Amino acid sequence: MKRLAPWLLLTLLLAGSAFAATPLPPDSVYQFNVTLTDQDGHAQPLAARRGKVQLVSMIYTSCTMVCPMIVDTMKLTRKAVADPSRDKLALLAVSFDPARDNVDALRNYAATRKLDMRYWTLARTVPKDARALAALFGLQYRQLPDGDFNHSSELILLDTDGRIAARTTVIGRVDPVFVAAVDKALAPH
Amino acid sequence: MRAWQLSVLMLGALLAGPAVAAEYAPLPGGTFTSVLPADGKAAPAKIAPFRLRTEPVTNAEFLAFVKAHPQWRGDQVAPVFADRRYLTHWAAPDALGDALPQQPVTRVSWFAAQAYCESEQARLPTWYEWEYAAAADAHRADARRDPAWRERVLQWYSRPSSQPLPAVGGAPDVHGVRDLNGVVWEWVDDFNALLVGSDSRDQDGADKMKFCGAGAVSMQEKENYATLMRIAMLSALKAVDTTNNMGFRCAKPAEVLP
Repeated sequence: MKRLAPWLLLTLLLAGSAFAATPLPPDSVYQFNVTLTDQDGHAQPLAARRGKVQLVSMIYTSCTMVCPMIVDTMKLTRKAVADPSRDKLALLAVSFDPARDNVDALRNYAATRKLDMRYWTLARTVPKDARALAALFGLQYRQLPDGDFNHSSELILLDTDGRIAARTTVIGRVDPVFVAAVDKALAPH
Repeated sequence: MRAWQLSVLMLGALLAGPAVAAEYAPLPGGTFTSVLPADGKAAPAKIAPFRLRTEPVTNAEFLAFVKAHPQWRGDQVAPVFADRRYLTHWAAPDALGDALPQQPVTRVSWFAAQAYCESEQARLPTWYEWEYAAAADAHRADARRDPAWRERVLQWYSRPSSQPLPAVGGAPDVHGVRDLNGVVWEWVDDFNALLVGSDSRDQDGADKMKFCGAGAVSMQEKENYATLMRIAMLSALKAVDTTNNMGFRCAKPAEVLP
């Protein structure tokens, strides 16, 4: 068994490049061709996030009600994950308010909310794709005449291949069942 | 082969072949009292001028689309874009069989409908655009106060869903648009924006954390329950869902005059 360990390590190291060669599972959200632009203005396809276990939600940065709690709950959930694997967990919040959430707004939000950008990504996309992303993740939002939004508040867990592994509507505190699912997704196979 | 058989075949080929470019009718838009107030209370919807496809997309048109875009064939579509029932009423992924060419296509997901509309340089209409268009009758842009309009809309809902779908091409309304009420349910772009739970009275309570923002969307015009039923139906769907009676049509922005 011990002799296998270097091979396992090598496999893990190569995993990043190996992903490119393996076809996506048919039920992967990475089947959807959409470009995300992050808080630094970097644009890349959603599928470039393949290989990371991550928590995903959709927010808008001028939101004063539940969105800050969504972000807090993502932080809390990450904190609740078992220590050694926590570093492998990425957090992604996509805006459904592309009209106001430009790159500057995302960067300011990251600073104001003191998000650790080693594992956080804030992203925007074009309006058409924001609607389709919400459809893909099973989230709902609706803009009101005053510019605010009604929206569903959920955290979604994506496995390394972009399959939705779990979701929770528990916001404002840690959902133990959801944390268990995150631990499981992060556990070495 | 006898002459009549040949002519049936040729007719079939004509109907199934790439259709002539779809027609879009201009609608002026404006301020519209929706059953879903824009602010969740009483504000009317503001609708920019737009164009709406005069008829729902048919089986023949969708067949031509999947032939040109095989990733949308029933045997190739990724399950993240459509459920297992997608196009299963066709004889094969590239053959209609008993599904008639001029019947509206159904068992299509929201993603497939969006992709089709993009192939016509169009998009799905928003809920407000659809509701506004469907308020018309042959003479008026908004016939909803007329009991005859309501009666006609409701009649469709009472028709058993096991009956075969009629062909598209009903009588045009005042805008020149056909078949909005009485043929199929239709996808809208923002089906996932309607936010009506199975019991909207609950939205202040149990769902308060699930839905942020103004929270409760109160529904107006309660006597117009045919439209409310449509909203409930759309809200209950996921983007991959396909149903026996859910079809779609597309919309475009108003034509820019030179």
